[in-house]
Amino acid sequence: MSEIRDMTGREAMREAMSAAMRADPRVFLMGEDVGEYGGCFAVSMGMLEEFGPERIRDTPLSESAFVGAGIGAAIAGMRPIVEIMTVNFSLLALDQIMNNAATLRHMSGGQVGVPLVIRMTTGGGRQLAAQHSHSLDGWYAHIPGIKVVAPGTIEDFRWMLQRALDDPDPVIVFENGALYNASGPVPDTDPGVPLERAVVRRPGRDLSLVTFGGTLPLCLAAADELAAEGIEAEVVDLRSLRPLDDATIMASVQATHRAVVVDEGWRSVGISAEVAARIMEQAFYDLDAPVGRVATAEIPLPYPDHLERAAMPSVAKVVAAARAAMQGRVADPGEVVTA
Amino acid sequence: MNRLDAETRRSLLRDMIFVRRFEERCAQLYQQTKIRGFLHLYVGEEAIACGVGHLLSDDDAAVGTYREHGHALMKGVPPGAVMAEMFGRVDGCSGGRGGSMHLFDAGRRFYGGNAIVGGGLPLAVGLALGDKLAGRERVTVCFFGEGAVAEGEFHESMNLAALWQLPVLFACENNLYAMGTALTRSEASTDIALRAITYGMPSWPTDGMDVEEVVAATRRALSYVRTGAGPAFVEYRTYRFRAHSMYDPERYRDKAEVAEWRHRDPITILLERMVADGEIDDADAARAAIEAEVDAEIDTAVEFADASPVEDVADLERHLYAEAPR
Ligand SMILES: Cc1ncc(C[n+]2csc(CCOP(=O)(O)OP(=O)(O)O)c2C)c(N)n1
Repeated sequence: MSEIRDMTGREAMREAMSAAMRADPRVFLMGEDVGEYGGCFAVSMGMLEEFGPERIRDTPLSESAFVGAGIGAAIAGMRPIVEIMTVNFSLLALDQIMNNAATLRHMSGGQVGVPLVIRMTTGGGRQLAAQHSHSLDGWYAHIPGIKVVAPGTIEDFRWMLQRALDDPDPVIVFENGALYNASGPVPDTDPGVPLERAVVRRPGRDLSLVTFGGTLPLCLAAADELAAEGIEAEVVDLRSLRPLDDATIMASVQATHRAVVVDEGWRSVGISAEVAARIMEQAFYDLDAPVGRVATAEIPLPYPDHLERAAMPSVAKVVAAARAAMQGRVADPGEVVTA
Repeated sequence: MNRLDAETRRSLLRDMIFVRRFEERCAQLYQQTKIRGFLHLYVGEEAIACGVGHLLSDDDAAVGTYREHGHALMKGVPPGAVMAEMFGRVDGCSGGRGGSMHLFDAGRRFYGGNAIVGGGLPLAVGLALGDKLAGRERVTVCFFGEGAVAEGEFHESMNLAALWQLPVLFACENNLYAMGTALTRSEASTDIALRAITYGMPSWPTDGMDVEEVVAATRRALSYVRTGAGPAFVEYRTYRFRAHSMYDPERYRDKAEVAEWRHRDPITILLERMVADGEIDDADAARAAIEAEVDAEIDTAVEFADASPVEDVADLERHLYAEAPR
């Protein structure tokens, strides 16, 4: 029997990285301020002391170069974990991610694989304004050739990383900043959930809330509220955005006949659009309501708290969208914005 | 020796004390949660923004980083508008949308407030390109930390500005640390001013803690840039006395090192020199008098910010694209 312990997302990720590094000498961590500083969010605090500067490598502010170097080292047989401080800075490395990591296997005719893990913090909601609040998980999921995962539970913060390291292809792990301080139960041994599998976090018969990462806690809270008014929401945690686990999504929607997709990214051309389209393609005749969406307003995130909150998904907005789905309609934008 | 006249010194002294007190007030207001998000203070580095600002005309442009309060103030952005911005209010210089890291004032040609390291450099090159193409004789000053020197955007911008002979002053504020990473741990070759020369522009280091040296080095650089011959580079050697931002345990540097640098406080250096030259009798009294004056101005700025309203939520989706005049 596996023991269960409570820990924070930060501790869980640190344990995951440390365990991987103890088990496999090919694994090393590199990124900005991961060593001496202990990690910008204190995730790698203490790891320099245990593993030394060869394996906990501080990098200069050179996102493109060190992500590319991670790709090269992976090709050369290492198992690098590259930490990009936040997704906002990953844009400086996008060429390496998209034009090298994602394409090398294909354009070399299968000869050159890139077993690389890139971790980055994502998400808004902390009044960090337009350049420091991006949620581009779905945007990265657009790219064939990489895998994109987003842990939404502390258990996944602890156990997803090893699955990502075991994968022969590049995996990007999006860690929502709000989850570093959150705590939750974590089993001592690998619960064995495949990297690409979605998981039902709360069963319910009336509608499916499909989400991942930072909006998972919000959907669980919304499901509690809905339960109080007699609506039983099922919460599906996607976990992986590329590939998407269609089977789990459709099984849920086929049972509930209604779905609301909740994503912290922008609505247009986002992951919520992709999930809704797949439900339409694969479960259209099971639906009793159009698929609803709760996503972030189509603006760079503003600094003031009241505007930022109005722009982002919230429990109230999810509840409003769920109620509308129960009435066979989608919430109109005004209804959601003022909720 | 690059000594300035007594009147100029007095004005620079006041500017530096203003920025210092403004930043210290920001720290208090952050504790009181009036200012939120990220807040990066400029304490210790004031001589640079004040010395450079002293040499800029209204027509010149400036581009800063997220540690840009001092630069905005020295470019003439009113303190009340800067404070209101940090309070997220409509009378902020960016309408409250940007906060501490995104101060803008297009009318005064202050173009941010950029929170991506290195992100302002290409922008500065473009501002200067626009001026050159339009035949306007003005300069764009681009401030950035030494951390940016590791970014590709830095090197691309340096080359482009030199290649096209654009009127840019690259103002590198070398405070020795990029967050927790010491320069010696991030650059294989740490002589930044020397490296700039290889791009084909005049470049030199200067003492960023001595405002008179800052003025002298900047004057020299600007006079070159203003001839139209191309960009110039100045490395201002400085130190930030406080943490990187408000959440920094400072595990990466010695308290003794910080104390050592605090002896080179730019305000004290100038004050003591003015006493030695007989321009001031009593340094403490002179400083206290200026502090009282600037504190009153800062109080007014805080009151202005506090009185300014928050934006109506109905306007959430404004400022995405140009709008018809309302
Ligand atoms: C491209 C990019 N990478 C990382 C960061 C996170 N970050 C913010 S400030 C900073 C240190 C920058 O140091 P420096 O350029 O020397 O300026 P200073 O803060 O010392 O003024 C880092 C790593 C960022 N904002 N942008």
